[in-house]
Amino acid sequence: MTTENNGDQENMETTTTPSSLSSVASASKRKVVNTKAMGTGLEARGVHAWFGNHHALADVSLDFAAGTVTALIGPSGCGKSTFIRTLNRMHEFIPSAAMAGQVILDGKDIYDPSIDVTKIRLQIGMVFQKPNPFPSMTIGENVLSGLKLAQLKTENKDDLLEECLVKAGLWNEVKDRLNAHGGSLSGGQQQRLCIARSLAVRPQVLLMDEPCSALDPGSTLRIEETIEELSSSMTIVIVTHNMQQAARVSDYTAFFLSDGGPGQMIEMAPTSEIFARPRDKRTENYVTGRFG
Amino acid sequence: MTTTTPFQDIKPQRPWQASTKDKSVTLGIFILSVALAYGVVLFTGLSGKLGMFSSFVFIFVFINSGRSYLQFGSAMAKDSLVNILVAVGTFLTIIPIASILFEVFSKGYKGLYPGLFYRDMSLNSPNDPANVGGLGHAILGTVLLVSIALIFSVPIGILTALYLTEIRGKFSRPIRFLVQAMSGVPSIVAGLFILSAILYPITKNNSSFLGSLALAILMIPTVARTSEEVLNLIPNDLREAGVALGGTQWRTVAMIVVPAAKSGLLTAVILGIARIAGETAPILLVAGGGDRYNYNPFNGPMGSLPHFIWNSFRSGTPESTARAWTGLLVLLVIVFVLFAIARFFGNRKVGK
Repeated sequence: MTTENNGDQENMETTTTPSSLSSVASASKRKVVNTKAMGTGLEARGVHAWFGNHHALADVSLDFAAGTVTALIGPSGCGKSTFIRTLNRMHEFIPSAAMAGQVILDGKDIYDPSIDVTKIRLQIGMVFQKPNPFPSMTIGENVLSGLKLAQLKTENKDDLLEECLVKAGLWNEVKDRLNAHGGSLSGGQQQRLCIARSLAVRPQVLLMDEPCSALDPGSTLRIEETIEELSSSMTIVIVTHNMQQAARVSDYTAFFLSDGGPGQMIEMAPTSEIFARPRDKRTENYVTGRFG
Repeated sequence: MTTTTPFQDIKPQRPWQASTKDKSVTLGIFILSVALAYGVVLFTGLSGKLGMFSSFVFIFVFINSGRSYLQFGSAMAKDSLVNILVAVGTFLTIIPIASILFEVFSKGYKGLYPGLFYRDMSLNSPNDPANVGGLGHAILGTVLLVSIALIFSVPIGILTALYLTEIRGKFSRPIRFLVQAMSGVPSIVAGLFILSAILYPITKNNSSFLGSLALAILMIPTVARTSEEVLNLIPNDLREAGVALGGTQWRTVAMIVVPAAKSGLLTAVILGIARIAGETAPILLVAGGGDRYNYNPFNGPMGSLPHFIWNSFRSGTPESTARAWTGLLVLLVIVFVLFAIARFFGNRKVGK
């Protein structure tokens, strides 16, 4: 079940969205894309995933063009989270997990045995469902923790700290208490702290696994604004249960579904098209709220 | 100007608590049960404190449950029955602990005097009164024995726990089983092992270092098990977040998991110390005891508090028996203080 419009997207390494898509990729944003900083996007080819004998995900091929936001939607248990975790090799942390297929970043398969997996995760950052700031660290230390974990050097820590917190939309709220513990923030602030933490290692791709599912509407809005801002400088993939959220933040939407067997990718298209003119009947049923 | 607060006529109430009338009825039943139990002891074969206590419990349970049954029915009667049984169980648990504490304090405090804490027994005989000589050498011995045991058991114990929780390798199951089994090993087995494996064939001399090795064998399982439980409480999210930021597993563990578990790991170490501070058998077998200061842990017999107590009791004179009680008091206080510290750190929320 691959998408028919993959071909179009392969050409999207250039500086602008192809005109055929730009009309539907919503007139809302789309900006000049700096491909150099973002690399050439991320590509999944025929990805399967297993947990023990359970085939959880079958044959997903998706392109994530540089500088776009792609939303993964679908009912619970359809393999969205499993898929997003294969994209930065977090899948392998589950003891019985297995996978097949390729995930290509900058022309190289990230599952190639010669690849240093920690470097991959620096390039492909991740924000989790539950806010998880490091409890033993202050707000400032949390943001810079990635540098320490990956043993990276930076010239000016204070500038980087401010830059990341500004990007995550948290700077004004925490600039006077950078030495407070991360746990003293509200849930929404903690999640933005986690986003700031992911930004500090300057990833090309940011994966977000239901980043707003534990948050109130106000915090959700702030995070959506953050995503909007970040999308000019990186590729974002976001799993969400909230179809309005997918419609608000994403350029492309991929619909996943499991019919009792392994989860599959049913359809991928520009977001406005998925919601207005889905090609597949199942997609239509889902986005119009008839099930799931 | 006076402010009138709204609702000032309404008083906070607790209708779910026992009313004064309920309480007086319960008190009445209590007194009645005591009286009846006294009667039972007087007129039947039951006698003594135990007979009094058991007949009191029986009668009180019977009347109280009967009252609940008449008032609310059988479900409430069972509830009150179980409530009383639980209270009795708790009471029975406290009796031996409280009486041990009482006994040690009442017999031990007489021997306390400042010199006790820095003098040793090298110039004294068991017949000397309790206010000459002291257990300074025993305190020093205990401190040296425990410190050296810590040097071995803390790294090994915590690394074992990290293997079980972080690496989760193929050998996790057998190692977890072994650690659990080892925590039940009698201390004399550890002492005999060091005696036969090191003391007889190699050193041929008592030393507190060998005692520490034996104590470390006893302490490692305690440290490893407690640390494992603490590390298991650290949410997996944190490990994933660390790895997702480009950290290797080792750096994630060292920078995130262990700092988050810091207070719990400290508790594990203190519980380990409390486990070995009172051990006697390995000290007798390999550290050798001794009644004078010995500053060299690698040579010569070394005393310790449990050994001091054992030795003083064994002498049998009234003076040395009094000295033994004082030693017990000192040891108990040290262990209690350690447990209090462990509770203090353990009660702080993991990760804070």
